[in-house]
Amino acid sequence: MGRRDILAQSQSGAGGFQSLPALLHRNATQFGDAPAYREKELGIWQCWTWAETAAEVRAMALGFLELGVEKGDHIAVIGRNRPAHYWSMVAAQMVGAVPVPLYQDSVAEEMAYVMEHCGAKYVVCGDQEQVDKVIEIQEKVHQVKHILYTDKRGMRKYDHSQMNALHDIMAEGRAGHQRLDAELDRRIAAITYEDTCVMLYTSGTTGKPKGVVLSNRNVIESAKNSAEFDKLTRNEDILSYLPMAWVGDFIFSIGQAYWCGFCVNCPESADTMMTDLREIGPTYFFAPPRVFEMQLTNVMIRMEDASKLKKRMFDYFMAHAKKVGGRILDGKPVGFGDRLKYALGNILVYGPLKDTLGYSRFRVGYTAGEAIGPEIFDFYRSLGINLKQLYGQTEATVFITVQPDGEVRADTVGVPAPDVEIRIDEKGEIHYRSPGVFVEYYKNPESTASTKDAEGWVATGDAGFIEEGSGHLRIIDRAKDVGKMADGSMFAPKYVENKLKFYPDILEAVLFGNGKDRCVAFINIDLTAIGNWAERNNIAYASYQDLASHPRVLENITRHVEEVNKSVAADAMLSGCQVHRFVVLHKELDADDGEITRTRKVRRGFVEDKYADIIAALYDGSDKVSTVTEVTYEDGRKGSIKATLTICDAKVQPVTQHKVAAE
Amino acid sequence: MLDASEGYITEDGRKIGGVVMEMKNITLRFGGVVAIKDISFDIREGEIRAIIGPNGAGKSSMLNVISGFYVPQEGEVWFHGQKRPPMRPYEVARQGIARTFQNIALFEGMSVLDNVMTGRLNYMQAGLFAQAIWRGKAEREETENREAVEKIIDFLEIQHIRKTPVSRLPYGLKKRVELARALAAEPKLLLLDEPMAGMNVEEKEDMSRFILDVNDEFGTTIALIEHDMGVVMDLSDRVVVMDYGKKIGDGTPDEVRNNQEVIDAYLGVAHD
Repeated sequence: MGRRDILAQSQSGAGGFQSLPALLHRNATQFGDAPAYREKELGIWQCWTWAETAAEVRAMALGFLELGVEKGDHIAVIGRNRPAHYWSMVAAQMVGAVPVPLYQDSVAEEMAYVMEHCGAKYVVCGDQEQVDKVIEIQEKVHQVKHILYTDKRGMRKYDHSQMNALHDIMAEGRAGHQRLDAELDRRIAAITYEDTCVMLYTSGTTGKPKGVVLSNRNVIESAKNSAEFDKLTRNEDILSYLPMAWVGDFIFSIGQAYWCGFCVNCPESADTMMTDLREIGPTYFFAPPRVFEMQLTNVMIRMEDASKLKKRMFDYFMAHAKKVGGRILDGKPVGFGDRLKYALGNILVYGPLKDTLGYSRFRVGYTAGEAIGPEIFDFYRSLGINLKQLYGQTEATVFITVQPDGEVRADTVGVPAPDVEIRIDEKGEIHYRSPGVFVEYYKNPESTASTKDAEGWVATGDAGFIEEGSGHLRIIDRAKDVGKMADGSMFAPKYVENKLKFYPDILEAVLFGNGKDRCVAFINIDLTAIGNWAERNNIAYASYQDLASHPRVLENITRHVEEVNKSVAADAMLSGCQVHRFVVLHKELDADDGEITRTRKVRRGFVEDKYADIIAALYDGSDKVSTVTEVTYEDGRKGSIKATLTICDAKVQPVTQHKVAAE
Repeated sequence: MLDASEGYITEDGRKIGGVVMEMKNITLRFGGVVAIKDISFDIREGEIRAIIGPNGAGKSSMLNVISGFYVPQEGEVWFHGQKRPPMRPYEVARQGIARTFQNIALFEGMSVLDNVMTGRLNYMQAGLFAQAIWRGKAEREETENREAVEKIIDFLEIQHIRKTPVSRLPYGLKKRVELARALAAEPKLLLLDEPMAGMNVEEKEDMSRFILDVNDEFGTTIALIEHDMGVVMDLSDRVVVMDYGKKIGDGTPDEVRNNQEVIDAYLGVAHD
């Protein structure tokens, strides 16, 4: 362990560092010259050291004082991942205010609810688009005193009586520092470990979003524990591209970054994320399963287009990696010949592939947010990429269980994270207690009381069990989604959906069948993968809808569903969940329509209600169904699409006579 | 309606300045064909000026006269209060006029970045030898100009294709790259020859927004030719309508829209 690592860890127990501003001060004084933030701007990676960062954040905090921000005020932050937006959150903490990052792709209506709920008087906006939304909301809520924006483009003609560029506010803060310094220092000194660090809105698969209040203790203890668990050091590089409103991004890009003192890299724009990922080559990485799925889909598409020789080489070595790659990574015994062959594969295939994906420096990384398909997970592990799973929640400040190195499996989510206690109640629901347990839901004592009990135990809403022997937690599904089929066998939709989603052709799948005698499914095709396939097979199509209803596409999807049925049938407990009939939907499930959350989780109940006519047709044996669907465009306007969908039948395997004993 | 020297205020509150370019009684012939017949109009500072008309009306010829590529047989072109003598294209470029083409004219094999860099040619003076060894002035110049180009790449949101060869881009993006190259020259007057031709609705919306943004952000005066009436009426401050080489209308979109001659030209009239 180098000196640098010891530095970061010697202050454990949070000795004296009870807030992010305090950690910032530590980083700026102890290793002020080390890079803290990078952002690609004008084609070049611009860098800020910790000392520079501290100066910028302070200037911003002084600017906030100049504006009249009071202790306890809420400051909403809406924008893409940029250093200035991260700084504004820490600057808000300095003046005793509470930062509230919001999802930047929310439509104004959604944003209005959250803004009104938290009562934010100040808003930091990324660009004109966000400012416009806030102005629209302002017509209803009349609470915003001042809007700040980072990108000046297109802002010249706005009425600036209640609006400023963040940059100008910082300049004002710097100019007024002699007058304001004492007040700022007084406010920083007043921050306690129990003060609110941040408020994050959970996207919520049901109901309105809830504001989760996290204290400095929650954030710093969680960051410390998790950093020690994975031996994170000052030398990590991460790429921050996930929504700033997501708890994961707050913990990784702010909590752990400030605790360890590592560097946060911000991509140039959402479109360049993949290129930037490759240029940075993060050592520590996290992504929802979707990103890994997408990358894998892209790799497979490109391999389809590759020359025969390359394709054969890829297939050969990938088969070998599948056999031994994961075991080598876990440090398990592997024969010398196999190791040699793996080393050769590393030179010819794995190395170049990892480089293309941007994972050549990958030391440790997590997939979280949703269950990942085992095949996808194994693909990355077999390449020697130390991808692990964790299980967490906003209410837990991310960490509930984590997979330790060497004990990584696709079907578990690991052991309880440091300082976390876990218990499973009689109904199978997982409960936990940890230093990361949230303070409360903002202005919602009923929900707080129903989620967190007097002793600090929190109900997760997920069903699972602790595996005997290994002590690993296995998640079955959302507790409320797990049901029973008419014959009493278990209905666990996610299990089947994940198997379907492994096919590059399938973007999203939703399984229905709770309380029924058989299961049916909705399927969303993946336009990238199928579009590419159509191009190679000279299949002309005009639109998404056109492609989704093409007979040959349906044929392919039917084949995938039947393969999944075979694999599902092999699991005695879940063999009742085979898909009997399905439709390929005419539109992608979309967060703007409320069908999935901003973190891309399917809102099952909502989808079930919205498409009740299609589900009915799936069960009543008709072979076609006509439907009209309302859609919301990105600018909030509404429209509708009409379609006639073909219902497909899939072969199912005979159900093994194994019923779960009734509890 | 218009004061000759003062300019005017547009509906959305932008201030339009004095006359930048004035076409006086322009007539252009190709042999016996009269492409443009005695046309006069002006372009004012900061405005978006459209030239519209049915196929073969002489729009592109008019644009080529403005750009100095065609020299009219009769009439005068006044630019910034001076009568413009016949010029070579590079001399026109140095005067601060840049254009895009109806049929994309990019260097297909070069990357987007290199293509846009060519727009900065007028700002680089280093000699061939200095460029070859890339020392001193050549290096300094490239750094400065690269920064200017990157600002435009950022402005037009084409960062993700910066290093992509142009030949691999879809049509709509190529059009945007062409606009980027024209902007790289920091023109005072930007000529756009059918910037939306062949685009789908979404691409048209994007392009319209960029044209408005360019005008708003850099204050660039823009003259454009366009077929799509909807786009023209939304974008431009004033419109010149041409038909068979003649000017049949000139004014704000509303005035032009209600002009009987214009309606006839577009919809056709029965000849009896």
